Amino acid sequence: MNDKYMYSLIAVFLLALLAYLGVEAAGMDVIFGVVLPYVAVLLFIGGFVWRVMGWASSAVPFRIPTTCGQQKSFDWIEPARVDNPSTTWGVVVRMFLEIVTFRSLFRNTRMKVKSDGRITYSLELFLWLGALAFHYAFLTTLVRHFRFFLEPVPICLQWLENLDSFMQFGLPVVYMSGVVLLAAVVYLLLRRLLIVQVRYISLASDFFPLFLIGGIAFTGILMRYLSKVDIVGIKSLTMGLVTFHPVVPEGISGLFYVHLFFVTVLLAYFPFSKLMHLGGVFLSPTRNLPTDTRARRHINPWNYPVHVHTYEEYEDEFREKMIDVGLPVDKMPEPEPEEEAASAAAEAETPEAGEKE
Amino acid sequence: MSDLSKSDEYYSAIDHKPPKPTGWMDTPVNLRKGIYCHSANPKSLDYVGMPNARKFDPTAEDWLLPDNWQEIIHKGFKERLDKFRSLKVFMDICVRCGACADKCHYYIGTGDPKNMPVLRAELLRSVYRNDFTKLGKILGKVNGARPMTLDVLKEWWYYLFQCSQCRRCSVFCPYGIDTAEITLLGRELLNLLGLNIDWIATPVANCYRTGNHLGIQPHAFKDMLDFFVEDIEEMSSLQLEPQFNKKGADILFITPSGDVFADPGTYSCMGYLMLFHYLKEKYGLDVTWSTYGSEGGNFGFFTSHEMMKRLNSKMYMEAKRLGVKWILGGECGHMWRVIHQYMDTMNGPADFLEEPVNPITGTKFENAKSTKMVHIIEFTADLIKHGKLDLDPSRNDHLSVTFHDSCNPSRGMGMFEEPRYVIKNVCNNFYDMPANTIREQTFCCGSGAGLNAGEDMELRMAGGLPRANAVKHVHEKHGVNMLANICAVDRAALPDLMNYWVPGVDVTGVHELVANALVIPGQNSRPTDMRGEDIPGLELEEEEDTDE
Repeated sequence: MNDKYMYSLIAVFLLALLAYLGVEAAGMDVIFGVVLPYVAVLLFIGGFVWRVMGWASSAVPFRIPTTCGQQKSFDWIEPARVDNPSTTWGVVVRMFLEIVTFRSLFRNTRMKVKSDGRITYSLELFLWLGALAFHYAFLTTLVRHFRFFLEPVPICLQWLENLDSFMQFGLPVVYMSGVVLLAAVVYLLLRRLLIVQVRYISLASDFFPLFLIGGIAFTGILMRYLSKVDIVGIKSLTMGLVTFHPVVPEGISGLFYVHLFFVTVLLAYFPFSKLMHLGGVFLSPTRNLPTDTRARRHINPWNYPVHVHTYEEYEDEFREKMIDVGLPVDKMPEPEPEEEAASAAAEAETPEAGEKE
Repeated sequence: MSDLSKSDEYYSAIDHKPPKPTGWMDTPVNLRKGIYCHSANPKSLDYVGMPNARKFDPTAEDWLLPDNWQEIIHKGFKERLDKFRSLKVFMDICVRCGACADKCHYYIGTGDPKNMPVLRAELLRSVYRNDFTKLGKILGKVNGARPMTLDVLKEWWYYLFQCSQCRRCSVFCPYGIDTAEITLLGRELLNLLGLNIDWIATPVANCYRTGNHLGIQPHAFKDMLDFFVEDIEEMSSLQLEPQFNKKGADILFITPSGDVFADPGTYSCMGYLMLFHYLKEKYGLDVTWSTYGSEGGNFGFFTSHEMMKRLNSKMYMEAKRLGVKWILGGECGHMWRVIHQYMDTMNGPADFLEEPVNPITGTKFENAKSTKMVHIIEFTADLIKHGKLDLDPSRNDHLSVTFHDSCNPSRGMGMFEEPRYVIKNVCNNFYDMPANTIREQTFCCGSGAGLNAGEDMELRMAGGLPRANAVKHVHEKHGVNMLANICAVDRAALPDLMNYWVPGVDVTGVHELVANALVIPGQNSRPTDMRGEDIPGLELEEEEDTDE
């Protein structure tokens, strides 16, 4: 029994129940259909901006990119222009590949300690595939939903829908994105539950978004293919929201409000959760900086002077020994009797040391 | 190493299944002998003005902390969140996908789940959520937040000093989260409470005072190099005259002091001496060593950013005092991450130096034009490319060599081809280890970031297992008997590691191999390699020579 995922699962069930009963039993369609979505969008935008500003307000004192390929040194050695980018363009391509194709995850290996004494590392791309499927299905689904907020529906959305349903089966046509999204969520969830190490590191806040997004996909699929909902009514509600003339048509099923409430919660939760990796990945200093660190000086905005041990102090301590072995010194000792020199040096040192403190 | 079980027994006992019933937050830290290092000598902390210097016993209940220690950590954390975007972003965006988990050599070797990079970072993140995030404050443990307690502090100390800051995990992380950055700053926080380990704190104090980690005073430093000069004369009849603290020399050379002190680094140090002699005789190269700047490494890096800057400052100060044109740096790992990614920012601009040009080949080191410090591997590769070295690689024919990419020159620089180019030009038998264990995916020696002590031998052998296992592969497949590297900690740590996991493989710096192969005007037939061991085939020739 793992309380981390149970908490999250129960939370998502409660949210569903809350929305369903709230609308069907308590008649709070205005709250769930208008007020909360507006609040959530405000929280999302405000929270997102606040978080990104928070990161941006922290300094980048050093240029610390992780170099994942050959450096640029001589013209007879081919540098890795993307994995070890010494130019801004290289960084742009690196970031593009990182964000659009999950470049680093594409390197993923799986380690095995074998009984014959070998440790092996084999390419393991299921996580990469699952993550890619999840994110692109989510994106497609999101963009597809713009048809609810735009009138007339732009032609490019029509193209996207055609593409999304090109494997035509069933009526209404099945959008692959929704199915893939749900499948990917299930995969990511099973991964978290079944791989013992991943389960060990998982927090409730790792399960909650998965259950929530799974819930969104599930209710969406239910509405589209099984329990026919009043599309015209829904569109007038969404158009009302987006044109700031909110209306709440009669007769929209409770299932829709569950779907909408899940989205509402996701939006509000987003900026305060790990989902902010969406914004953070752009600001990761090991990826978004050029690697020409010896060729171009990076400025640390808070660089401050520090106590150093100067050569003079060093020579003062070791001068005699240096002279003995013939090492050059900057200051030759004055030819005074030894004892006097020693006491003079001690006198000179004490106030100086005091000043430093 | 007496407490450590035999390597095959150790190997078969490795278990990566996390303990079942309790979550990691409810599993209290258990400081195991053989894993942690001795606490810092208070004298060393005092010498460089580190706060809360005192002797404490890591296994004791009471760590003799200052009363307001939680406040100190909280404030220190807050300050660093503002100063380091890396820390703030890395605290916030991890999704715990687990891609990093089996990438850490300490996790692979120990099976301790808190050695998964993600959990190592969660040790700090859990406190961060509690102290600095709204949701963490409201939801507490459900959201992965927990307050800073003495147990948490001990857990930090135990696991932050089980990270060698090799950055392998950051290669695989989809957001580039760099555990090195997290543990560097975590150690910085621990240092606010005087909680360093002695294998770092004492070298730091030494380096501040004498210019090197080992505390070698100037006269002794010169003596040690003179001793090498005698050795070289014995084996080659060459008479070397290294220059020290010479004003007006063209180039200042700085290398880790470990190479002056202990085998097999000493052979590489002798290799540098011979290379410089060769270049002086043939091309008039004017290089000086410095006793004040006699340390390439920087254990300040493992203490705090401020301490790193304080120790690193000597390089530029000495270059300025001596009036050299540019600086050449020896083979070292973290030294080169500090030089490559930090030095110019911390202690630059080095406008008193010239943009480095190889005086022998005329090559401009464009990639070092601001920092004005060149890696000796780059320097030698350039010399070889221009045919400036007279090399006889067959003098290394008794060696079958593989190359261990050291962590920092790999993932903090990207120096992969240059060392291989040099090795292939001085050795005829070179075999790379499997692709997933070299270059940017290279494995740490297991002793980096100040963990190369004696008392944590189990940790070191466990952490070095993935590296050793890959060496074993080429040892068995190609008969590899020499593990080359460009890092002083490697040279100190890998011999123990090889003895434990892959007996029969020796360890060398690349410039030892260069010196083996170098044909120097005025040398005798040099029937031995740098270690004074006979080179098979050459003995015979010599005898024939004498017969005639």
